[in-house]
Amino acid sequence: MIEERKEILDKYQLVVGLEVHAQLLTKSKAYAGDLNAFGSLPNSNTSPLTLGHPGTLPRVNHQVVDFAIKLGLATNCSITREMHFARKNYFYADLPKGYQITQDTTPICKAGYLDVKDANHKIKRIGITRIHIEEDAGKSIHDQDPFNTLVDLNRAGVPLLEIVSEPDIRSIEEAYNYLAEIRRLVRYLEICDGNMEEGSMRCDANVSVMLKGSKTFGNRCEVKNMNSLRNVQRAIEFEMKRQVFLIESGAPVDQQTRSFDAVQGTTFTLRGKEDAHDYRYFPEPDIQPLSLEQAVIDEVRKTMPPLPNELFSKYTEELKLSEYDAGILIESKPIALYYNELIEHTKNYKAAANWVIGEIKSYLNQSATSIEDFALRPAQIAEIIDLIDSDKISKSAASQQLFSKFVADPSSTAEQIAEKANILQESDDDWLEEIAQKAIGAYPDKAEAYRKGNKGLLGLFMGEVMKLSNRKANPKMASQILRKLLES
Amino acid sequence: MKVDNKLIDKLARLSKLEFDDESKESIKKDLSRMLDFVDQLNELDTEGVEPLIHVNEETNKYREDEVTEKLEQKEALKNAPEHDGFYFKVPKVVENPDDK
Repeated sequence: MIEERKEILDKYQLVVGLEVHAQLLTKSKAYAGDLNAFGSLPNSNTSPLTLGHPGTLPRVNHQVVDFAIKLGLATNCSITREMHFARKNYFYADLPKGYQITQDTTPICKAGYLDVKDANHKIKRIGITRIHIEEDAGKSIHDQDPFNTLVDLNRAGVPLLEIVSEPDIRSIEEAYNYLAEIRRLVRYLEICDGNMEEGSMRCDANVSVMLKGSKTFGNRCEVKNMNSLRNVQRAIEFEMKRQVFLIESGAPVDQQTRSFDAVQGTTFTLRGKEDAHDYRYFPEPDIQPLSLEQAVIDEVRKTMPPLPNELFSKYTEELKLSEYDAGILIESKPIALYYNELIEHTKNYKAAANWVIGEIKSYLNQSATSIEDFALRPAQIAEIIDLIDSDKISKSAASQQLFSKFVADPSSTAEQIAEKANILQESDDDWLEEIAQKAIGAYPDKAEAYRKGNKGLLGLFMGEVMKLSNRKANPKMASQILRKLLES
Repeated sequence: MKVDNKLIDKLARLSKLEFDDESKESIKKDLSRMLDFVDQLNELDTEGVEPLIHVNEETNKYREDEVTEKLEQKEALKNAPEHDGFYFKVPKVVENPDDK
């Protein structure tokens, strides 16, 4: 149905703002002491407050406030010092109280930003309007019973942070990179597991288009129900084409809430503007205001881990790693922390990155081990790197033999294991010279040819030296000695 | 604010309730009286006065992040008008069935 002619799409500018909901990894719920857990039996994690029974009063979970401050600091927000909660009223079976306790006029974090890569790999700053604390609703199941909707309230009251971006996003690449950065941040901060498939991190996209060069945004549609980064991209791309098609055919873009259909790759109307909810916000009378002192914010700041974007800059600028390598290292926090520790034990940053990205990550994949359970500590990997750098072992012997033997016997030193496996290189000058003499002596005619200028024959003598030395000759030294002998 | 049938219908829709014509008339009267009462407060000049949200000044009444309440599944479900062994049952609510 949609005209996909590039020159038409190219006339339009995409404009996107994202709203991300992150479920917090607290033990208990946002405003009551019932268990916050995924996958329990239906309706087994509730309390009278969660069920909306009369005579119950909410109290704010302290951890939720600290988590919100963490994310606010990580996204360059200012932290609100005086704030109160608000009721967002709506009547639906997944919310027995009849209102969600949220923050309206005083969100805990305001006016931040994240720097992400745009479609041309340039840095693009995406503004963050606000981050506020709220609670999740229960789950409605419509397709299990022909006559009823089934309601599970385990999720009702689970703490959420809603992260609202400015409409600064101009391409699907920016949308993807912004979301990926939010997901890395919540995982680094250990405040949310960032699992979009299970819904612990969710994203709504406000999408509009306008003619390039225009200053006025078009009417926007809000798209919901995208359960992966990839689907957020697909939904935005579809929605852009749909809106361009409407405008090109002279029809207005109606302000709507739409849902993404992952099977069809399309979006469909959930409700129009006239059905928009009227939430009748007002200050929550049951919760006393919060007043944050600077000392509280400073305390939280002290508990912040290194952040992925800081590590990326450090790795690429100070350690001179490639952006590709740095990107792989920071993708997961445990890997990044392992690398961080490793570079305290070796100055060969590039080799350290290669070991982590290469041998270690493939070993972890193959053995389905997490790096936390990996037998070798960073200092031990540094031992291997030192053996290579001091020419005591070849890179290939280290990765093909020493590494797996070391994993199996981590209480020995790398050198002991190399010695036992007989893979330490011989760097003894006299011994190497003796072998080199033998190698040259075996091919007098080739030695003559070399001296006459056929330098390519060095490889033949190297092969002979390796053979005679049982592959234990240090290749760099052997080649120097061979050249010296052949050219004298 | 004018209390007319349109307003009553909107409020009814928001709270998922239905009223017959007779009830609507009496609700209109009640609501008008309430609004008139509140309007009297509007006679005061409150320019520059911060709205009072809480009458006492306590702040930061936190709860530590501990699991302190556990309602058994059976207990949780028992007061609902309709339920089975696992779920609350409510009349089928699908946001906009025609679009699916």
